[in-house]
Amino acid sequence: MVLCKANCGNKAILKRPKTGDALCKECFFTAFECEIHETITKGQLFKSGDKVAIGASGGKDSTVLAYVLKLLNERYKYNLKIVLLSIDEGITGYRDDSLETVKKNRDDYGMELKILSYEELYGWTMDKVVSVIGKTNNCTFCGVFRRQALDRGAKMLEVDCVATGHNADDIAETVLMNILRGDMVRLRRCTKIKTHSNEDAIPRVKPLKYTYEKEIVMYAHFKKLVYFSTECIFAPNAYRGHARMFLKDLEKIRPSVIMDIIHSGEQIQFKENIKKPVLDICQTCGFVSSCQPCKACVLLEGLNRGLPKLGIGKKSKGERMIAQQNLERIHRVKNDF
Amino acid sequence: MEIKLDFGGGAEVLFDNIKKRDLTLDSSKKWTIRTFLQYMKENLLTDREELFLQGECVRPGILVLINDTDWELLGELDYEIQPNDNISFISTLHGG
Repeated sequence: MVLCKANCGNKAILKRPKTGDALCKECFFTAFECEIHETITKGQLFKSGDKVAIGASGGKDSTVLAYVLKLLNERYKYNLKIVLLSIDEGITGYRDDSLETVKKNRDDYGMELKILSYEELYGWTMDKVVSVIGKTNNCTFCGVFRRQALDRGAKMLEVDCVATGHNADDIAETVLMNILRGDMVRLRRCTKIKTHSNEDAIPRVKPLKYTYEKEIVMYAHFKKLVYFSTECIFAPNAYRGHARMFLKDLEKIRPSVIMDIIHSGEQIQFKENIKKPVLDICQTCGFVSSCQPCKACVLLEGLNRGLPKLGIGKKSKGERMIAQQNLERIHRVKNDF
Repeated sequence: MEIKLDFGGGAEVLFDNIKKRDLTLDSSKKWTIRTFLQYMKENLLTDREELFLQGECVRPGILVLINDTDWELLGELDYEIQPNDNISFISTLHGG
């Protein structure tokens, strides 16, 4: 039997991946919660009186985030009003089930819950999108729509910021992927704990940025938190999957690798002449975007025109597709006479 | 030898979606997690092997608990299974 490193005399129940320490259940809870508190205070994620929306999927990360944020808010008197914001992508057999978990969180934690659906925002469920685009590129639609849907929901709820459940493993994985893809813009942004897309936009914060996935799952297990753990039924993201397994293999040999990769991502210096996107407001929908019109509007136009591949790939290719379709329409009108 | 087995975090989908099982192992031989994983592969696993195992070990990202204690504190593959042990496999690889 291994005893708790904190000398409390209790039996250790887990080996912390971050430090290698063996801790008992109570000391683990304390360490886990204190570190998140420290992340929140050091990063100045919230101000007293803030209304905070948790992007809640019903999965392990957002379930633990909701639980811990409620607990820390009470313990350390953050004076936050916490609400839950969920996005219903319209994926039968996946999201409809996970939303039941979010509703349970709402009842258990006494938080207001707002569910926004792709159907009401865009007129398309993911089921419908997949029926026209198939199972390639569908994740592009889902990702772009979700990002904007969270912004829209945050605006509707009039919150000061949106907290998401991204954990240390997620962030290390994203750093790796951005390096592998040479995406310097995202590489620069992905390790930031607080992101402002521009002055008017509602910031996003990641209180679990330094929290290991293993500890999140162990915390949920020992606290008996109920979460939803089914993989999306539409094509898993293969590239991310490889990065994830690579990281998990490295972690087995050297658990600190997760923190080390985040640290590397944070410390990388970028050349001044690197092209930075200029963030603006989309003239079509009025939400933040780095291009005109925004990606969500282009994807949506493609779906509505019956050209679902419109927003996939280069802009010039999309423009040619529209021109071609317009030409065909003119021909059709002419031939009608 | 009677033992209990349970799955969580999505690991159950690899085992016919059954979350809890009671098992009786042949008491005449010594069981370690190493040999038990082989037993699981041959008798219980219903999905692809590589989703659960990597070599003789569980795939990284699947947590193993023995009587609610992290197997990393108990010798991992070399742990000798005792009667009435409760062995849990929890996936961290699903959803989020």
